[in-house]
Amino acid sequence: MTTGTEETVVRAETAAVSGDDPPGARRSERLSAVAQQHGALVTLAVVVVAASLGFDTFLTGDNLENMALSSAFLAVVALGMTFVIVTGGIDLSVGSLFALGGVLAAWGSQYGTVVALLLPLVVCGLVGLVNGLLIARSGLAPFIVTLASMLGARGVLLALTDEGSRTYLVDKGSFFADLGQGAPLGIGVPVWITVALFVLGAVVLRRTRFGQYVYAVGGNEDAAALMGAPVARTKVGVYTLSGVCAGLAGALNAAWLVSGVTILGSGMELEAISAVVIGGSLLTGGFGYLSGTLVGVALLKVIQNVINQIGSLDSAYQQVVSGAFLAVVVIAQTWLGRRQRVL
Amino acid sequence: MLTVTGLCKTFPGVRALSDVDFTARAGEVHALVGENGAGKSTLIKVLTGVYQPDAGELAYDGSPVRFATPLAAQQAGISTIYQEVNLVPLMSVARNLFLGREPRGRLGLIDFRRMHREARETLRGLGVEVDVRRPLRELGVGTQQMVALARAVAVDARVVVMDEPTSSLEPREVRTLFGVIRTLRDRGIAVVYVSHRMDELYEICDAVTVLRDGRVVHTGQLAGLERLKLVSLMLGREVGEVRAEGLTKFSGTHDAAAQPVLEATGLTVRHQLAGVSLSLRPGEVVGLGGLLGSGRSETAKAVAGALPLDDGGVVVAGVPVRPGSTAAAIRAGISLLPEDRKSEGIVPGLSVRENIALAALPGLSRFGLVDDARIDRIVDTFMKRLRIKAAGPHQKVGELSGGNQQKVLLARWLALHPKVLLLDEPTRGIDVGAKAEVQALVDELADDGLAVLLISSDPEELIEGSDRVIVLKDGAVVRELTGDEVTEDGLLRAIAAEPGRPAEPTRLAPPAATPTAAPASPPAAGPAETSAGDSDG
Repeated sequence: MTTGTEETVVRAETAAVSGDDPPGARRSERLSAVAQQHGALVTLAVVVVAASLGFDTFLTGDNLENMALSSAFLAVVALGMTFVIVTGGIDLSVGSLFALGGVLAAWGSQYGTVVALLLPLVVCGLVGLVNGLLIARSGLAPFIVTLASMLGARGVLLALTDEGSRTYLVDKGSFFADLGQGAPLGIGVPVWITVALFVLGAVVLRRTRFGQYVYAVGGNEDAAALMGAPVARTKVGVYTLSGVCAGLAGALNAAWLVSGVTILGSGMELEAISAVVIGGSLLTGGFGYLSGTLVGVALLKVIQNVINQIGSLDSAYQQVVSGAFLAVVVIAQTWLGRRQRVL
Repeated sequence: MLTVTGLCKTFPGVRALSDVDFTARAGEVHALVGENGAGKSTLIKVLTGVYQPDAGELAYDGSPVRFATPLAAQQAGISTIYQEVNLVPLMSVARNLFLGREPRGRLGLIDFRRMHREARETLRGLGVEVDVRRPLRELGVGTQQMVALARAVAVDARVVVMDEPTSSLEPREVRTLFGVIRTLRDRGIAVVYVSHRMDELYEICDAVTVLRDGRVVHTGQLAGLERLKLVSLMLGREVGEVRAEGLTKFSGTHDAAAQPVLEATGLTVRHQLAGVSLSLRPGEVVGLGGLLGSGRSETAKAVAGALPLDDGGVVVAGVPVRPGSTAAAIRAGISLLPEDRKSEGIVPGLSVRENIALAALPGLSRFGLVDDARIDRIVDTFMKRLRIKAAGPHQKVGELSGGNQQKVLLARWLALHPKVLLLDEPTRGIDVGAKAEVQALVDELADDGLAVLLISSDPEELIEGSDRVIVLKDGAVVRELTGDEVTEDGLLRAIAAEPGRPAEPTRLAPPAATPTAAPASPPAAGPAETSAGDSDG
């Protein structure tokens, strides 16, 4: 661009419009974005390699299947949570709904598999719907609304089970029990279902209009509204989805355990949120991937497993490690986010 | 294309629009201008369905319409580009462009290949080449604005409303934007263009409507309208209007000390200020003039450390102030009375006493404990001195009148014993009587040896209150009025001056030559000024 002909001037102008930053700055920005997206995956790989070198029992078929199964339930809850968090919301009710879903499924299993599956889905979906309506239509804070339904669902659960003293059992020979216990190709049914749900969820989040709205609402709610996105409907949708996911996870868990256990699920909402955030989704909304969430779940469970393998360590430490890890991730996210915004 | 007649809109206590007629014609760029509070944004919001009118007709394409929501207006073909880009920064350019109307293939899934191709083509049509898969926030503000524009046009808009689209754009981005606007006009789209920048209006607009105090004071073609006339229409002052005596409570000039207490040089903030320099002497009131958006408030904020500076600095009494820190500025003796006292100043739920003591608290406490007796003394002094009318020091500030709230704020800053007082629109929104009192107070404070910087959009207040007036335009000093030049006429002429031409036919005394002036004004006193002088010869 030595001569100032008309053409070069025009090209220079468009180039100026399109390329705003020096290439170096953009590369480092890209790197930050990559780190944000795949940091958890790299960490997972490192932990897995270290664990398989350190413990002979880690990379065995039994142990892997154990981890996969116990991850499956959390993963399904975290799937719904990812949608909620991408809209910039939070759902604290999923832990209670998970337990409620389990008890309802176990109770319903005496009337057949259809009831055992539909009952928790419908009830937990309704709770999610109410959450969504309150948040979207009345403008209440998601934290408060879902905290209220977390307490409410826990109360319903206690009422159903006589303060937790009554346990509903699933008939071991039933088809419903097979949903939890069966293992075609050596892999448990809940794992298959989870994988299918994540594929479906990823398509919905990335390839449908609803998914676009989810990102838009979380990225800039006012702008989304001005662009004509149905903000309220999107919010109602994600909270309903989250409720359904929690209920389904609870039902599958009950099928696996062949009973509805009331003490499960407390603290699960926080575990799910941790998994989503570790997976690279922004708590402020507008950014996140289901693949990341899956990695986040796996990472939490692998760390848990590793601590269990170290016999000398109290299993209580796994929460310390998970907590520390979450803190590191959030700090890294803020740092990466700031880098990307400044540039 | 879009016509409103007899539009009225009232908010509690304010008549925002009264009997407004406005017509946007196809293939025309129509400027909508007016000072703060003139009713521009209210009119735009009525046009785009954000507000419902109290009275009046809205006709679109010849038939009466009513837009219940922004979405309804959008679907009818009225798109709005806001000052701040209203897109989703984390989403890709193409996703932003197509949100809600993505091309879909089989199974209802989004066809990304087609979407990216169409996005590229749409943007290329506007002269923008970008990777449409990149997140929007990686682009510059200008390009983002262009994407917003592309989105507005792509939804088959027939009316495009632009609310100060250039306020955060670089000059070259503005050129690209103007190219796009011309393309739209040639396609027969009606464009409504809101801006405060005179040069832009004359470059791009065909017609103009001037609003003042919620009424249309002028509408017609822009080409035949003189700049000076346009400015006087906006401000509501006739050129050469006789200076009314005794309308404000300002007395004459003050005896300013020789040495400036504050010197600011080359204050530069990206998109907002381009090298503003000024100096204030103890005992004088310096006015800061210019239209809305010329950088008046930004200058005050930059001096007070409330805006991060890209370049330039502030020196108080010979000591440089750490830039970008309000705490440092306050310690150096600079106090800013912000424009928006509701959101940036008073704490309505606290008492008069607490509001006054707020800023001074650190100095009034010992070992972290507050010295109540001293606070009482100080509050009492200021309530008397500033004639604050309250039931007592414990009345909540929220219950006071606007004028008295302003005085409480003033007292808060005076309790810090500042050397320099920056007043941003100190009399806005307060009634006439209180206005006069605040004006008299400003006078007294200057007599007591404070250096005062006064910002006001009321030309009369500015002229009568100030010993000197510095006129800003597009974030730079275009002129300094001193001595006999401090008249409304001089102010209007300075504001209306075209770039590259002298503000007045006759060249007046250089800016530094004030009667008492000892300090040579800093070399960067205003780039526009030197250029004005050059082209004169």
